[in-house]
Amino acid sequence: MLNIARRLKSADVLGINRRNAQYTLPHNARRLYPLVDNKARTKQLAMAMGIPVPELYGIIDYEHQRRNLHELLERYPDFVVKPARGSGGKGIVMITGRQGQLYRKVNGQVLSWDDLKHHVSNILAGMYSLGGQPDQALLEYHVLIDPVFQAISYQGVPDIRIVIFLGVPVMAMVRLPTRQSEGKANLHQGAIGAGIDIVTGITLDAVRKNQIVTEQPDTGFPVSGIQVPHWDTMLKTSARCHEMTGLGYQGADFVLDRDKGALLLEVNARPGLNIQIANQAGLHNRLKLVEQHQQSLKSVDDRVAFARQHFAAQ
Amino acid sequence: MNNRHLYVLTSLLILAGLALFSYKLLVLHFPLSPDSQVKIWDMEVRVSFLAKDRPIKVSLYIPRTSSNYALLDENLVSRGYGTRIRKVAGNRQVVWSIRKASGQQTLYYRATLQKLRSPDELAPAKPEPLQAGKSDLKGARLMAAMAVVDDIRARSVDTDMLVSELMMRLNAPKLNQNLDLLLGSAPTELTRARTAVDILQLAGLQARIAHGVQLSEFQRDLNVVHWLQVLQRDHWRPYDLATGEAGVSDDYYLIWHSNKSLIKMRGGKQLKATISVVLNKTAALYGILLQSKADMPALYKFSLHSLPVDKQATYHIMLLIPLGALLLVFLRNVIGIKTFGTFMPVLIALAFRETQLLWGLILFSLVIAAGLMVRLYLERLKLLLVPRLASVLIVVILLITALSIFSDNLGLERGLSIALFPMVIMTMTIERMSIVWEELGRKEAMQQGIGSLAVAALAYIVMINQQMNHLVFVFPEILLVVLALSLLLGRYSGYRLLELIRFRALLRGSS
Ligand SMILES: Nc1ncnc2c1ncn2[C@@H]1O[C@H](COP(=O)(O)OP(=O)(O)O)[C@@H](O)[C@H]1O
Ligand SMILES: [Mg+2]
Repeated sequence: MLNIARRLKSADVLGINRRNAQYTLPHNARRLYPLVDNKARTKQLAMAMGIPVPELYGIIDYEHQRRNLHELLERYPDFVVKPARGSGGKGIVMITGRQGQLYRKVNGQVLSWDDLKHHVSNILAGMYSLGGQPDQALLEYHVLIDPVFQAISYQGVPDIRIVIFLGVPVMAMVRLPTRQSEGKANLHQGAIGAGIDIVTGITLDAVRKNQIVTEQPDTGFPVSGIQVPHWDTMLKTSARCHEMTGLGYQGADFVLDRDKGALLLEVNARPGLNIQIANQAGLHNRLKLVEQHQQSLKSVDDRVAFARQHFAAQ
Repeated sequence: MNNRHLYVLTSLLILAGLALFSYKLLVLHFPLSPDSQVKIWDMEVRVSFLAKDRPIKVSLYIPRTSSNYALLDENLVSRGYGTRIRKVAGNRQVVWSIRKASGQQTLYYRATLQKLRSPDELAPAKPEPLQAGKSDLKGARLMAAMAVVDDIRARSVDTDMLVSELMMRLNAPKLNQNLDLLLGSAPTELTRARTAVDILQLAGLQARIAHGVQLSEFQRDLNVVHWLQVLQRDHWRPYDLATGEAGVSDDYYLIWHSNKSLIKMRGGKQLKATISVVLNKTAALYGILLQSKADMPALYKFSLHSLPVDKQATYHIMLLIPLGALLLVFLRNVIGIKTFGTFMPVLIALAFRETQLLWGLILFSLVIAAGLMVRLYLERLKLLLVPRLASVLIVVILLITALSIFSDNLGLERGLSIALFPMVIMTMTIERMSIVWEELGRKEAMQQGIGSLAVAALAYIVMINQQMNHLVFVFPEILLVVLALSLLLGRYSGYRLLELIRFRALLRGSS
């Protein structure tokens, strides 16, 4: 065990205690957390900075507004319902079509109007929010998958996670939904994650439940060697997230839409550490490097250039 | 961020905790383990007499901490009497008085004594000197006494020998002329003792008669025993009256020293005083506490032992929670075990104290499993969150009630203690578990559930430990150290044990 600890240390793997003690606690002011813990506010912030996001169809704050839900959704054939303060993909329902009073989920399951209303009231009551506080339900545009990812994701949209420290993108991965994750790209739910080379935007091998895999388990296509479209834009947008939220250490999640390109889905103030397994690389040395050059990394372009110079995949 | 600050703070806390701890341990001799015992005697002097409608005044010599016994506690039982404790010529005396009383009267003096580990531990630093050698011998008696002094001086080189020579002569079956004159006919032990004191004073020594009792396991109506004390180098050295040997038995306890008798009365009749003792073997702690109550009232006042006994039980439990919490911090942040709710396992562990571990685990799992089934069923009814939580709570209470009645009918007493489980905590556990079950699957839910139970069981084992219990209750300052440790763990940035397993995949790839 001690031996493993030593080897992990020399590979600069960041553990959760160190992440909290040296990065999130000192670099993320607590008053900034609400900006990212509430997806509605993050959306507002992003829009104010001209960063594209999935269009918001409506917000439901109160139980009685559920009645408007039906009306609101008359206009949209497919949409996504999610808790504003949710995390880990909990409480997200993606609807891809409707027949009268019945709604079809991505996996083909059918929800009745009652089921949907109940789901919304669970969201409002805080069932999916941190600490069970009352919450809001967001209705938003259902992102359409980019053809590049079609072969390697199962019934859902992959999302691209970029960890940003002091405005410098330090590590990236793409998370691919699987049958198990019900179309959501959350590793906890069973999605697989593949590292992305920061310099080129080309995918590496993937991990699933801490194990390395080379192909998508449901479709069987290889996951590595794929060029992620709009990579330059995404890298640049992620660097701008530093100005957007003010957080020192954060993870930005993007989705790629077939028509609209890279959209910012959410920002995380405590991004998970599995990204290191997906990239077969430790975060700690990269973070230390950024900290050392902090003074010279003012503009967005400088920071992106710095990332491209130092964080190429081996 | 500022680690120096933290280190200074924690070292201060640890220092303060350890300093207080070692003071209590090394100086006050608070026991480290709960079962060390000491001998404690309860001594009682019962004074009875007949009063006849007249003012009464009774004075009784009472003991104090001697060179080998500590007086821990004392009290008087005397309804209607005015009481006063005074010092007379180096002795302590209680004086009872009343304006008018009639009939049979009984007064009590009670004391608690503890044998000192090493003699002289608490003895008064300097014995008060006696008013020097004023003997009231006159005329022929003085001459006789001087002759005896000359005689014994001629045969001894030190005080020990002098006293032994003297006592040998005083106790001889056939007295010589001089002693015969001094003692008179049919001398009692006390007359001999008085004569011995007179002669020794004439020889230029400070001497006195000591009166006390011989402490035994259990004795009613104890006789007062007498011995001789001679001042030598600031120390009253005891001598046996019968043999004249230096030293008296270890269980002699001094009550007073003077020529007067134990008790005196004015105004009543048929005065009688009886002394009895009982030996109690008590927890060492009790003796020390009584002692510190006498010696250091402040320290005693600020200890938990000054609280009423029934309240103390609550603190026994409360003071254990920090230990459980520290264990929890360790298991979560250093080992990396996931639990439902931060402190849920500690609270469950507290409940286990009542049910015992095995029963606790069985009952807890039963209630959670049944509650979970109900909760998963309620999911179908599509209830709003708060009413649903309330419903689950009610179901939990019904389950607990049913289990109690059921196990009572089966004659399983343990089953009844299930009512002590924290019901709201159980409800929240069921709710959380059902969400994890639905969202992340059965496996994850079971894992976290078993993790919580394992942590609870460990916390229980720590908290049930008699030794731990004793330590935190007697030395609550240990909690300062516990606080310091949890502060330090708050800045622990090393890997968690389970992370090592999690990140192993990364190493395999790289090497
Ligand atoms: N608007 C959307 N269109 C399509 N898929 C979505 C949408 N919103 C979320 N998802 C899917 O759900 C996953 C989790 O969503 P996200 O907004 O990141 O919430 P969380 O904070 O719970 O992770 C995403 O990775 C994505 O796969
Ligand atoms: Mg997400």
